[in-house]
Amino acid sequence: MAFAGRRDAPEPPDFAILKRLARDQLIYLLEQLPGRKDLFIEADLMSPLDRIANVSILKQHEVDKLYKVENRPTSSTSDQFCFLVRPRIKTMKYIADIINADKMAGRSRKYKIIFSPQKFYACEMVLEEEGVFGDVSCDEWSFYLLPLDDDIISMELPEFFRDYFLEGDHRWINCVARALQLLNSLYGPFSKAYGIGRCAKMSYELWRDLEEESESDSQGRKPEIGNVFLMDRDTDYVTALCSQVVYEGLVDDTFRIKCGSVDFGPDVTSSDKSIKVLLNSQDKVFSQIRNEHFSSVFGFLSQKSRNLQAQYDRRRGMDIKQMKNFVSQELKGLKQEHRLLSLHIGACESIMKKKTKQDFQEMIKTEHSLLEGFDIRESTSFIEEHIDRQVSPIESLRLMCLLSITENGLIPKDYRSLKTQYLQSYGPEHLLTFHNLKRIGLLTEQSPGETLTAVESKVSKLVTDRAAGKITDAFNSLARKSNFRGISKKLGLIPRVDGEYDLKMPRDMAYVFSGAYIPLSCKIIEQVLERKSWLGLEEVLRLLNGNEFSVTESAGEDSPAWESQRIILTVFLGGCTFSEIAALRFLGKEKGYKFIFLTTAITNSARMMEAMIETKA
Amino acid sequence: MSRARADEEEYWHSSKFRAFTFDDEDDELSQLKESKRAVNSLRDIVDDDDDDLEKVSWSGDPVGSISWSIKETASSSTSSLESRDSSLQKGYSSYSAFPKQASSYSLSSLFKGRNKLPSFQSLSDALSDTGVKNYAPELRRPKAEYKDYSSDWSPKDTVRRMQRGKVCSLERFRSLQDKLVLLDEAVAGHDGNIITAVLIFLKRTLRKEILFQELEVRQVALCHLIHFLKETGEQKLLLDLLRFLDRTEEVALSQYREHLNIQDVEKRREFLKGCIGLPFSAEDTSHVQDHYTLLERQIIIEANDRHLETAGQSEIFRKYPRKASILNMPLVTTLFYSCFYHYTEAEGTFSSPTNLKKTFKIPDKQYVLTALAARAKLRAWNDVDALFTTKNWLGYTKKKAPIGFHRVVEILQRNNAPVQVLQEYVRLVEDVETQLNLATKYKCHDVVIDTYRDLKDRIQLAAYRCKVERGSAEEEKIDSILNNTQIRWKN
Repeated sequence: MAFAGRRDAPEPPDFAILKRLARDQLIYLLEQLPGRKDLFIEADLMSPLDRIANVSILKQHEVDKLYKVENRPTSSTSDQFCFLVRPRIKTMKYIADIINADKMAGRSRKYKIIFSPQKFYACEMVLEEEGVFGDVSCDEWSFYLLPLDDDIISMELPEFFRDYFLEGDHRWINCVARALQLLNSLYGPFSKAYGIGRCAKMSYELWRDLEEESESDSQGRKPEIGNVFLMDRDTDYVTALCSQVVYEGLVDDTFRIKCGSVDFGPDVTSSDKSIKVLLNSQDKVFSQIRNEHFSSVFGFLSQKSRNLQAQYDRRRGMDIKQMKNFVSQELKGLKQEHRLLSLHIGACESIMKKKTKQDFQEMIKTEHSLLEGFDIRESTSFIEEHIDRQVSPIESLRLMCLLSITENGLIPKDYRSLKTQYLQSYGPEHLLTFHNLKRIGLLTEQSPGETLTAVESKVSKLVTDRAAGKITDAFNSLARKSNFRGISKKLGLIPRVDGEYDLKMPRDMAYVFSGAYIPLSCKIIEQVLERKSWLGLEEVLRLLNGNEFSVTESAGEDSPAWESQRIILTVFLGGCTFSEIAALRFLGKEKGYKFIFLTTAITNSARMMEAMIETKA
Repeated sequence: MSRARADEEEYWHSSKFRAFTFDDEDDELSQLKESKRAVNSLRDIVDDDDDDLEKVSWSGDPVGSISWSIKETASSSTSSLESRDSSLQKGYSSYSAFPKQASSYSLSSLFKGRNKLPSFQSLSDALSDTGVKNYAPELRRPKAEYKDYSSDWSPKDTVRRMQRGKVCSLERFRSLQDKLVLLDEAVAGHDGNIITAVLIFLKRTLRKEILFQELEVRQVALCHLIHFLKETGEQKLLLDLLRFLDRTEEVALSQYREHLNIQDVEKRREFLKGCIGLPFSAEDTSHVQDHYTLLERQIIIEANDRHLETAGQSEIFRKYPRKASILNMPLVTTLFYSCFYHYTEAEGTFSSPTNLKKTFKIPDKQYVLTALAARAKLRAWNDVDALFTTKNWLGYTKKKAPIGFHRVVEILQRNNAPVQVLQEYVRLVEDVETQLNLATKYKCHDVVIDTYRDLKDRIQLAAYRCKVERGSAEEEKIDSILNNTQIRWKN
């Protein structure tokens, strides 16, 4: 259905093979421990595992009982334990405790740890320290990529965000590089790579290193994916902090989509049980509303119900033969559609109920004011009241962060007073949360004279004066000023509205935020793809603190006719939101691109805020 | 689940995985292509080069996964991998002559041989690779390539090899210079796993002051060490490091953080008391002080109230049994609690709301919101009334609120306040439009009627007539207003 002058977006490559590879490798690893065994699975790995295998596959490979890794000693009688875990210190201690307890009790078993996606030296160190190193064999399950949908691949590493952006730990960069390598070998060679952000740069470099070493024979292969675009989450926090209003984003914000599926509770199913629903393009109803602004969803659903009714009604006046046909051929489909429709209608109702209860309207208004930069005082007092009334702690944090980022930090007076009230409303231990938010740059205080922090001055002391000046400059630019206003102006992120913004017939990506704001991350991608470089974006880059790159990998670009040149792998380091996905899908349709999303995890404002909260060890 | 099963069925039944036939060429071609890709990719997953020996030692025997998946997924696979596979099989059979290996149950563990050895850092391990060489001399690599490889790798190569998951001894990096070059290479390699591995080695082989000093000018490595110490819970060393770096605030916060792990309230209180003197910023010091004071109060209140409740003599506790303990709750929740159970208490008691307000300097706004919510929940409308009533110097009373009256209305409404109470506050909403909206929404007819009258809006008033009950006082009132000839209607 090509429109004149508008190129159709190419079809995405088939990612099913990724699942198969992961499954095959897992099975192989399980067979490395022949015989019956109990399998202990880390909670975080269960949903991803569910998407590629199931219990019967595990049983086929002699997995006897399944356990969740948690802090409880087990009383299993099996001779073999297999642990399927993320490489975490805490989990190592848990495993070591089990082994040592067995030793004390004089029990002998075989133990195997399968690390996913890779093993860390620090984990082995713990095993060694706990005295169980030789008692357990270790393996790696290189499960980097989980296709959640036709165009979404998740690494399912939500901790990436905190580990890298808060703690400054580079442990996951290798995984990203390997993921790129795998995708490049399956669907590449990528001919062009763009990126922005320090992590993007490092991931890219490490990936190139891997490629050089492996010397794979990609020559002459026709690529399925032509371009790759890497972006650090901290390039654009604003977008991730906004309330989502496209259907899929709203469902995620309200019910939390986990690994591509959601648990609809009794309030949605209007029965007494919860239903787990897979949300992807296979769902005929969902696939048509997922990218829509919430306000257009109702209309669509009711239209759809009427059609369905009409189709059911055709039964009347059918003769026996027609009826038989109807039952055998159409009824099943109709029933399926009926089920889906009622689920999504139920979800909409539940969303509406929840949102009206928490003055969603007012909140959105505040957000829009913050984005546009007016009525700051009013917004600040809205946030204050939000805190005082003890409405959700996460929402309060999110709004404060949005205020901080759009305003380049809070005025000290506001910072103090909001922080005090926050601690009073939600608990003093959030002192630690505020400290984390400050470190990561999400919630900062405007400092009057740009005074140097202790670290900065200490570092400067160690070098000569002239160099010190430079370092100070570097630090100042690194002081993570968000410069949102300037960027927003330069890129025109706030659309001028003349009259009503038609959300049913959107004219730009701003529709994902009710026409109030074009997501920065997506705008950058659009601009760079249009220019095929960063040329002309210098001013924006300066405000974004740079770290951009653009490399032509191979001569493959000479054949621009290849569809693959219009398929872009966008890599979000630190997570991407459904709003961004919707916006880029829209852009793709407009410009004839197909975006493939590779993200360390699907994120939203709540997940980001929660990652900043300290919990007990 | 059923869906997953369906997916799976679809997977097995989909055309791509049908048995091989020569008929439909296209299909098979694509299958070939796919299989090749699968194989290629596996090679990438499994850290591949021709050096079979080391490959299996750290990254966990992906070798076999090639052979396995060749069988399973890529029956039409091409040459090189198959030959590799068979060479492995050969290797396998030659190995099986060594029964002493760690375990006999898997191909990989035979290959590894290294399983049982301690980790890469230990001295004994330095020679590990040569050990393997001894009993596997026939493997394909030319001998020349093996030579000295346990000691000859440059720092860069060492980092690289570690990155590929190969056993690599660090013990030979003995001079400080060597250690630092190694660390810098690790940082340059961008792989946090390796950076941490090198740091573990440095931490073990350097006096901490020396290590700290060097890390001070290596921010990336420093972050890794701090994160590592946090994760392993080496609190003492972490604090030493932060002190060395003069990051006093972080020292304080890091110690304060430990309170999260203390379950026992008495112990927690004691711990918090000790935190007060830590070098927080002035602002945070007072927050921590408040935290301590709050918990101290809560412990007293909790003890008293539990006693009251079990004694069963206090009416309020009988009528509204407590749902949870007040321990470790935020200040505002505590205030709500005390407004609920101890509203009338004199300021002298710890549990009285006024005392809390004073001690913690709770702003008026916050106090009023909380007290309002608590009293409304108890339907104590007189208390609500008193909350907003002020007397001026002439003795007139006036209603005042530090929060908008629309919020007051909202909170009252949520607690099912009767219309009489509600409308009194709706009248106090300043903005006429908001007032009218609220009045209509909550059916405060009197307010609506009076407002339309004041606005001289005959049409709206007449329209509103059909929203009130037939024959009610409200209807009568509307009629009498509409019939009032004195009013100059604007429409």
